[in-house]
Amino acid sequence: MKITLPMDKNTAAALTAGDNLLLTGALYVARDAAHKRLITLLDNGEPLPFSVVGETIYYAGPSPAPAGRVIGSAGPTTSGRMDKYTPALLDLGLVCTIGKGARSAAVVDSMVKNGAVYLGVTGGAAALVANCVKRSEVVCYEDLGPEAVRRIWVKDMPAVVLVDSHGNDLYAIGRAQYEIPFVE
Amino acid sequence: MRTISENQISELVASLFLSCAYCVTDDVSNAVEAALISEESPAGKAALAQILENHKIAREQHLPICQDTGMAVVFAKVGCGCVIDGDFAAAVNAGVRRAYSEGYLRKSVVADPLFERRNTKDNTPTIIHLELVPGDGLELTVTAKGFGSENMSAIKMLSPSDGVGGVIDFVVDTVGKAGPNPCPPVIVGVGIGGTMEYAALLAKQAAIRNVGSRNEDERYAKLEDELLRRINCLGIGPAGTGGRTTALGVNVLFAPTHIAGLPVAVNICCHAARHAKGSI
Repeated sequence: MKITLPMDKNTAAALTAGDNLLLTGALYVARDAAHKRLITLLDNGEPLPFSVVGETIYYAGPSPAPAGRVIGSAGPTTSGRMDKYTPALLDLGLVCTIGKGARSAAVVDSMVKNGAVYLGVTGGAAALVANCVKRSEVVCYEDLGPEAVRRIWVKDMPAVVLVDSHGNDLYAIGRAQYEIPFVE
Repeated sequence: MRTISENQISELVASLFLSCAYCVTDDVSNAVEAALISEESPAGKAALAQILENHKIAREQHLPICQDTGMAVVFAKVGCGCVIDGDFAAAVNAGVRRAYSEGYLRKSVVADPLFERRNTKDNTPTIIHLELVPGDGLELTVTAKGFGSENMSAIKMLSPSDGVGGVIDFVVDTVGKAGPNPCPPVIVGVGIGGTMEYAALLAKQAAIRNVGSRNEDERYAKLEDELLRRINCLGIGPAGTGGRTTALGVNVLFAPTHIAGLPVAVNICCHAARHAKGSI
């Protein structure tokens, strides 16, 4: 299924855990250190350096772009490390997060409340993602190096719906389907 | 006495890290290809196909297999009969600095783990493990260790009475709790015995042993087989979305330990296993 980013909440609501997507459009890239700074701003009552309303955040820290390329390898990082920061951003209007790995119950609850989705990219498929990125700009926090916030534009980036806006979790569903007892 | 210069060391270190950043070793790619055939889950098959396509793109376009090009770890076997002319750690760090700069690899190291967490911007310092061995050569095994999988590792001081069952439960439980986070299919390194830190070191060495290699001790080789079969019953699967291939291999290393102890460490390595060996 082809999806254009940013996606609105109606599009998000129509997605189901397990749907395979090809993403095209603009999204933000941010991970640990940038999230810490964003949440510190919110805690201090200050505005964010960019609006997250209706937006997508991809948890990644790309490798440096070799000459002639827009970005280096750009696979997902483990989303769970952002769990502590995510509900506040969802409450502000963030619609979609992308990464790999399990989310906390608090994040899933916040996603259901806010009508948001969590998408997954195959961990380690970083060169493959690099080829989907057509443009990349640093938005803020350049001093963080690989953890700077970027705006990237992608074409047909493969992703799967891991947690939908009803809280269905593909990890739990898939694991339950294939878990078997050990036989000596 | 044979003299080995700082320059020789840093050149070898740089070439080893550059050699493993863009392509996995044959044992790993063969194991992924075999898993693509045996995997029953459609989502698992799709993830394995993406992993293989990623290997191809990385190799052909000279892009890192994974953007997490790791913390640099070097195991050095230094011959007692050689003289290192200069500062060994400085030479290793110079090699890492060069590889990560010239190879467009990500610099992922922060100087202080707790307070400022400022990026050192050259991926140093390197974690260096030295071992003195007979001879006059220098053998280096390097690994670029990503932290998605490193974070899912664990250590436990079991009681001798916990026995084989206790070890199995701890290893399988650790991989089960890690779930989709360490980028399955994973390679599981298990260190049993020694002291707390030595078990962890063994686990890391086990994690970079080739997939499909077996412990020379038949009892431990059988333990490796059983752990692999048990882990692949968990259902986590490639990319964690359900399937039969949660691990490509389980490697166990063991060492003598204290009469009161049974330390067990589990070091998980993702499918983007990057390691290389070279010598002077």
